[in-house]
Amino acid sequence: MMRDPADPAVFEAIVRATRDALAEAEVRLPPDVIAALERARSRERNPVARGELDQILANVALAADLKAPLCQDTGVPIVYVTLPSDLPYTLHLHRAIAEGVRRASREVPLRPNVVDPLTRKNTGDNTGPGIPVIHVRPGNELRITVLPKGAGAENVSRIGMLLPTEAGTIPRFVAETVLLAGGRPCPPVILGVGIGGTFDSAAALAKEALLLPVDTMDDFEQQLCDAVNTLGIGPMGLGGDTTALAVKVRTAACHTASLPVAVNVQCWAARRAGRVVEVPP
Amino acid sequence: MNLRTPLSDEVRDLRAGDRVTLSGIVYTARDEAHERMRKEGIPFNPRGAAVYHCGPVVAGDRILAAGPTTSARLNAFTGFLLDAGVRAIIGKGGMSPAVGELLRGRAVYLAFTGGCAVLAASRMRLRGVEFADLGMAEAVWVIELDRLPLVVGMDAHGGDLFAQVGEKAKEQFQRLSNTLGKEPA
Repeated sequence: MMRDPADPAVFEAIVRATRDALAEAEVRLPPDVIAALERARSRERNPVARGELDQILANVALAADLKAPLCQDTGVPIVYVTLPSDLPYTLHLHRAIAEGVRRASREVPLRPNVVDPLTRKNTGDNTGPGIPVIHVRPGNELRITVLPKGAGAENVSRIGMLLPTEAGTIPRFVAETVLLAGGRPCPPVILGVGIGGTFDSAAALAKEALLLPVDTMDDFEQQLCDAVNTLGIGPMGLGGDTTALAVKVRTAACHTASLPVAVNVQCWAARRAGRVVEVPP
Repeated sequence: MNLRTPLSDEVRDLRAGDRVTLSGIVYTARDEAHERMRKEGIPFNPRGAAVYHCGPVVAGDRILAAGPTTSARLNAFTGFLLDAGVRAIIGKGGMSPAVGELLRGRAVYLAFTGGCAVLAASRMRLRGVEFADLGMAEAVWVIELDRLPLVVGMDAHGGDLFAQVGEKAKEQFQRLSNTLGKEPA
């Protein structure tokens, strides 16, 4: 028998995986992000900044205990899907994921954040045309990974179409993004940097970089992170050593005449979680 | 210092960088509530009041999550509240130098840690709602606080911690610019 997202049992399994991943992401910060916050707290020298980091860590613990959303901006859902070769890619996959978002919105509950861009009318259930944002690629298992993204940090994200000779100015562009953002994105931030690709794919790469664990950085990422931290913006823009917890970079090939660079800014509440869909036989 | 609403001239004793707690009634307001208040009037007594830039998650009569939203979006909509007697604005990220001038001699901007929505909710009791038709995120919620921990971001004498930090960051960025690569032509 052909397995198909249109099959009610498969559809329900996708709904439940999406709902569960989103529910977990909203209340429980990934361990690598918590570890990065604790490390920052132990190194921070500014007393106001230490107080802010203490409040963040207290909030993280309280949210996990109470199973309540970490932040009232429960974000808009970005969903990454890997699809195995024996499952057809159909509209039902999108419908099931959207239904999972609706279910999480009712049950967690999540704040309804999704509106029409012009009338600003709220859809009430965190879905709408183009939302959830869904990225599908081939994989070995049907896996749903969610990244709920708040607006404060998203709104200060930037893309630059640099000249091919300007690769050396990438650190400057990244640091400038954080300088212009100041306290608005709820620092300490994590920066997803997408280098290469096209105007649109660079931005998508930058967001995907936010799925990477933050407990390791390569030399280039560390260089970018150190540059950002010398700005002294600190937690919430109140000053301090901790402006960025980590910088993660992803690259793609690009046109010989282009150098797109996108910086997707993520607040300290770097929420992400995944579920493998147990597809009924 | 422990503050309690309604606030009065004690706010003039505060200096940017001070850590305080706030108790008593506060009113949430975001973009649409500000617009409605400007057109139709303020639905609470503004004298000595504190306005919190927040769109909470509310379930029944309970507040589940209520961290601050970005205050800068409301820069242009704050003067009428201060003129009506509001003594404290609570939010995150700070506000414009123009708002700093409007605070002079009468009011302060208090920063609460962005994203700490559950911590905030643990210090809150829901007392009512105005403009409920604006929806959960945009309505004016009437909330009683029990010692919410805050930092004075902008004081009533022109002191502005965000601006000080921003100035230093700008200087540091200029200094770094050479090692970070030249400005794109």
